[in-house]
Amino acid sequence: MSQSYFNEDIECAPREVLHWIQSQKLKKMVKNCYENIPFYKKKFDDIGLKPEDIQSIDDIKKLPFTYKTDLRDNYPFGLVAVPREQLYRVHASSGTTGKQTVVAYTKNDIDIWSQGAARAIVAAGGSKNDFVHISYGYGLFTGGLGLHYGTEKLGATAIPVSSGNTKRQVDILRDYGSDILCCTPSYALFIGETMKEMGVDPKSLKLRAGIFGAEAWTEEMRKQIEELLDIKAYDIYGLSEIAGPGVAFECSEQTGMHVNEDMFYPEIINPETGEQMADGEYGELVFTCIGKEALPLVRYRTRDVCMLTRKKCSCGRTLIKMAKPHGRTDDMLIIRGINVFPSQVEHVLLSVGMTPNYLIVVDRNNNLDTMEVQVEMTPEIFSDTVKNLENIERRIAGELHSILNIAAKVRLVEPKSLPRSEGKAVRVIDKRKGK
Amino acid sequence: MKIQQLSIFVENKCGRLQEITQALEEEKINIRAMSVADTSDFGILRLIVDNPEKAVDSFRSHGMTLSLTSVIGIGISDEPGAFARAVKILSEANIGIEYLYDYNSRQIGKACIILRVDDEDRAIEVLEKNGIKMLTAKDVYNV
Repeated sequence: MSQSYFNEDIECAPREVLHWIQSQKLKKMVKNCYENIPFYKKKFDDIGLKPEDIQSIDDIKKLPFTYKTDLRDNYPFGLVAVPREQLYRVHASSGTTGKQTVVAYTKNDIDIWSQGAARAIVAAGGSKNDFVHISYGYGLFTGGLGLHYGTEKLGATAIPVSSGNTKRQVDILRDYGSDILCCTPSYALFIGETMKEMGVDPKSLKLRAGIFGAEAWTEEMRKQIEELLDIKAYDIYGLSEIAGPGVAFECSEQTGMHVNEDMFYPEIINPETGEQMADGEYGELVFTCIGKEALPLVRYRTRDVCMLTRKKCSCGRTLIKMAKPHGRTDDMLIIRGINVFPSQVEHVLLSVGMTPNYLIVVDRNNNLDTMEVQVEMTPEIFSDTVKNLENIERRIAGELHSILNIAAKVRLVEPKSLPRSEGKAVRVIDKRKGK
Repeated sequence: MKIQQLSIFVENKCGRLQEITQALEEEKINIRAMSVADTSDFGILRLIVDNPEKAVDSFRSHGMTLSLTSVIGIGISDEPGAFARAVKILSEANIGIEYLYDYNSRQIGKACIILRVDDEDRAIEVLEKNGIKMLTAKDVYNV
C-alpha cells in the first residue's frame, strides 16, 4: 500500500531536523512561560533557572514538571499566557475526580491541533475525498471538535453527528456513505451491534476505517471492532491539557502511535525520581507543548504509563512512537520491585471467568511484600467441594503469576462483600504505608 | 432416594453463621442435619432442611452463594461394625466417598449417615442389594 502523509516534510523529517525544530520551539516557549505566566516565573526562579539556560531540546530535563493539580489550583485561566481577547476557544475536561480542568487555545493553537488530527486521518488512510463521520461528543469535550477541525484542515467532508441516537448513526453511515468513523472504541462496538440488530450488512457500507480513542482499549477489542464493522481500526491518543485527540496517532503498521513531536514533545520519566528513562522502558509519559501559545504546559505529567521507541517504521514516518498506555501511575503498585497494575489483575480475573469485583491487599511481612487478591465468588463457579474451590484459587494464582511474575494469594470472598463506591472503585489497600 | 442438600459458601468472618441461621429462622425453616468443610479462608456449610426450595429462595434473596447438591442417606444399626460394613460395600464397588456426616434421628431408630458419593445411582443399587436401608427424602426432611 502506498503511503501518503498530511505533512511529509515534518512526518518523515530526518531526526536532526526534528531536533532543530524542537530546540527552536522550546526556547521560544520557555521565554513565553517566563515572561507571561507568573506561575512558571516563580517555578523557574525557585530553582534559579533563566530562559537562557535552555538552548536545545536536550536541556528540557532542567525544567520543572507541571501537574494536573497545578491546573486545578489555577482554575480557570491562571496558567494562560495570552490576553483574554487573544483566546480563540476553550475546552474543559469532565472533572469526574474533582474540579474540571479548563484549557484555552489561540487561533494558532487550534491550527496546530487541527494539523495533528489531520495527520491522524491521513495515517488511517483518509484523504480529502472522504466523508468523515464524527460520533465523538461535541462541546467542551475535545473529541468532537478536535476531529472535526482535523477533517476540515485536511479538506475532507465532516459529518458532525456527535454521539447518541445510534440507529440514526447507522442510517447516516449507510445513506451518506461515510468513509471513516471517529468515536470511542466502546461506542464503535455499540454501533456495530446496533447495525447487526437493524439487519444492515457492514460489507454493504462504504465505511473502511475507524479512528478510535479517548479511552483505553485492547488488541482483542480491536479485532472485535474490525470484524463487526468490517473496517480497519486505528488508535488515536490525546488529552485536553495538551490539546485533544491528535497528540499521537497510529499508522498502517499499527505497532504504536506516532507522536506529533514537533508540537508536543514527549518524554518518559521515572515517576519516583523524575529522571528521564531510555527508549523502550516503561515509565510516566510527560508532554511539553512546545508549539502552543495560550497554554504552553512545561513537562506535564500525564500519569499514563507508557514507552517510547525511535525504531524505523515501515510507514516511512520518523516521528517517535508511543506504545498503548499501560495504565495510570497513580494506580501502579510496586511489589517486591515489580510494577503491578490493578488493570492487569482485572484482565486475568476476567480471562478465567471471574467477576471484575476484586480487591488487592498489599502488606509487608518480615520485610517481604505480600499480595493478596480477593475476588468475589459467583453462583456460576461455586462448587460444593473444598477441592474445587481451592482449584479455582490455584488456577487464578497461577495465571497471575504467569502475567505479573509475582506470587499472589488468591482468596474467594462472598458476592457483594467487597466495598463499592459511587465514583472510582477502591481496588487497592496498601497496608505497607506507615510500616 | 436422593436427598437435596444445600451447600453455602461462607467466608470465615465473625457473624456469618448467625446471618445464615437467622435467615432460616425468619422463614421458619428447620435444620435437619449439617456439617461444615472449612479452610483457613472460607467454608462450605452443608445443610439439610425440611424445605430446601424455600431455603434456596431465602438465601438467594440474601445474596448468598449456594447450590443444591444431591446426596444419599443410609440408616444402619447403632452397633460396632455396622458402618464398616456399609463402607466396605461402597469400596468393593469402587465408589468414592467425597464426604459424609451423621445426624440424629429420633424416629427411624437407626444411626443415620449422609453421604456424597461419586456415583449415586450405583451406590444406591449396591447398598440396597446388600440390605442397607436407604433413607428417603421424606425420612430426612421430616426427621
